[in-house]
Amino acid sequence: MELSARVAFIATLFSLPIGFATAYILVFIRIPAKPLIHGLVNLPLVLPPVVVGYLLLLSLGSRGWLGKLLAGVGIHIIFTWKAAVIASMVVGFPLLVRSICIGMEDIDERLLQASRTLGARWYDTLLSITLPLSTRAIVAGATLMFARSLGEFGATIILAGNIPGVTQTIPLAIFDYTSTPGGDRMALGLCLVSIMLALTVLLFDEGLVKRFKRRNRQ
Amino acid sequence: MKLEVSLEKQLGNFKFATEFAVDCPRVGVFGPSGSGKSTLMHMLAGLLKPDRGFIRLDDQTLYDGASNIHYASEKRRIGVVFQHAHLFPHMGVRRNLFYGYKRIPKVDRKIDPDALIEVLNLSSLLSRGVDSLSGGERQRVALGRAVLSCPRLILMDEPLNGLDEELKYQIIPYLEKVFAEFDIPLLFISHSLNEMQLMTDQVLELADGRICGQTSATDLALRRMGTSQAGYVNLLEMRDPRPLADLFIYRWGDQDLILTVGGEEARGMFELSSKEITLFKRHPEATSARNLLHCRVTKIFDAGNRAGVELDCNGQKLVSQVVGEAVRDLDLQPGCEIIAVIKASAFRRLY
Repeated sequence: MELSARVAFIATLFSLPIGFATAYILVFIRIPAKPLIHGLVNLPLVLPPVVVGYLLLLSLGSRGWLGKLLAGVGIHIIFTWKAAVIASMVVGFPLLVRSICIGMEDIDERLLQASRTLGARWYDTLLSITLPLSTRAIVAGATLMFARSLGEFGATIILAGNIPGVTQTIPLAIFDYTSTPGGDRMALGLCLVSIMLALTVLLFDEGLVKRFKRRNRQ
Repeated sequence: MKLEVSLEKQLGNFKFATEFAVDCPRVGVFGPSGSGKSTLMHMLAGLLKPDRGFIRLDDQTLYDGASNIHYASEKRRIGVVFQHAHLFPHMGVRRNLFYGYKRIPKVDRKIDPDALIEVLNLSSLLSRGVDSLSGGERQRVALGRAVLSCPRLILMDEPLNGLDEELKYQIIPYLEKVFAEFDIPLLFISHSLNEMQLMTDQVLELADGRICGQTSATDLALRRMGTSQAGYVNLLEMRDPRPLADLFIYRWGDQDLILTVGGEEARGMFELSSKEITLFKRHPEATSARNLLHCRVTKIFDAGNRAGVELDCNGQKLVSQVVGEAVRDLDLQPGCEIIAVIKASAFRRLY
């Protein structure tokens, strides 16, 4: 359970800045091929996670181009907990970006114009207006992604394997127990843990969102 | 303020192409909705990039399509007060107010925040959140925010539009005070002739993306009186009210006027439609109207199927409107003496 939480937490944490930047580009910057970027970001959402895992394995594996590059500097990812983090990041990323995008699209563009006419450079506007006004969306997106990461199975089992104590997150353990005779009780127990964890995350999210609502109203 | 502009912009089917030069502190931009007023404002503020042309403010080129000069909004030092205030919802009044002030170099901070807060009467609002403000309060904060960024020019895009009639005229004295006290040039966008007359010296008329006239606000109002239902609106600044039974006596220039509306303040701005002024050749012996003014006709001009009559009442100007037949019956000519009769209830207090 500790491993599951750690993997989900790190995956979400690392995805936040990238997710925010991606959403910012998608919403505010006028670039060609935006639909293509949109599609690519959302692809993992509709692809079977197994496909995502397999593609990641191909590129990060010892014979993959990225794997070779990383192996050159002494980093091995496949079948370690880091692989579970990367699998979770890729699969949960679209949820995070979608949520932040929705929040950003809600921001009145004229507020950003007002800030610029008051002398704020673009990064100043980003930090003082865009970021605070999308906090709720960011929290909601991060929660969603965290919860999704806790349950990530398909991509993880391919990229990280199912090694007890190393890469065995809760869903993988449940899968193990259900396929071993007499493991039902343990599987059910883990299901309960899973439910508790998810519920805690959702309650925490609700509380945070309420607090931001209050703060924004003041 | 010296502003020279020549701009072109194609927006869908709408073509904006104007050229003008103004050199006075209070400029109005007048036109119906869809005439390109906001397009002009956005281009001046640097929020919309023109297709070609130039913008020069006090001899500094802010935009020049030919030599590829395009100052970003944040570098133009042009303040904007938007139609709906657009205060930052996640900040309180104080942080909103000082947003621009904190972002300019110390040497450019020419406006004293305390003095501004005093003039705009904002001190009681400072610690409040922006959601709890009324429409008028929001506009005052937005104005303060723009002024505190110490701009070289303030653009106001129909800032009184979202407010009801009464509130509108409560804001105007604040505007006048701020622009008089802090000496900031103003470009005021509106489709209200009254606001134009109160706030601006020169008016650019905009229609279909083109400038079709550049006159004084008064001349514009006179020209349009033939087509307007309300006629020409005379604006009278009066002072020193004193009660007379249940009426009020105000000083207007060096004569007294009797009004049904009044207030405590020493000065007030009143409107009087040209339709409410009746002209008599001789002094009527008895009339229900309370105000009989001796005037001299200075000018007679056509206004649709009516005639406008410009009057000089002891140095004060009034405009009345009558039908052409009345001009012949009364034998009205520039220079002739006449009595203008106005009911006490004809005046409407603006502020």
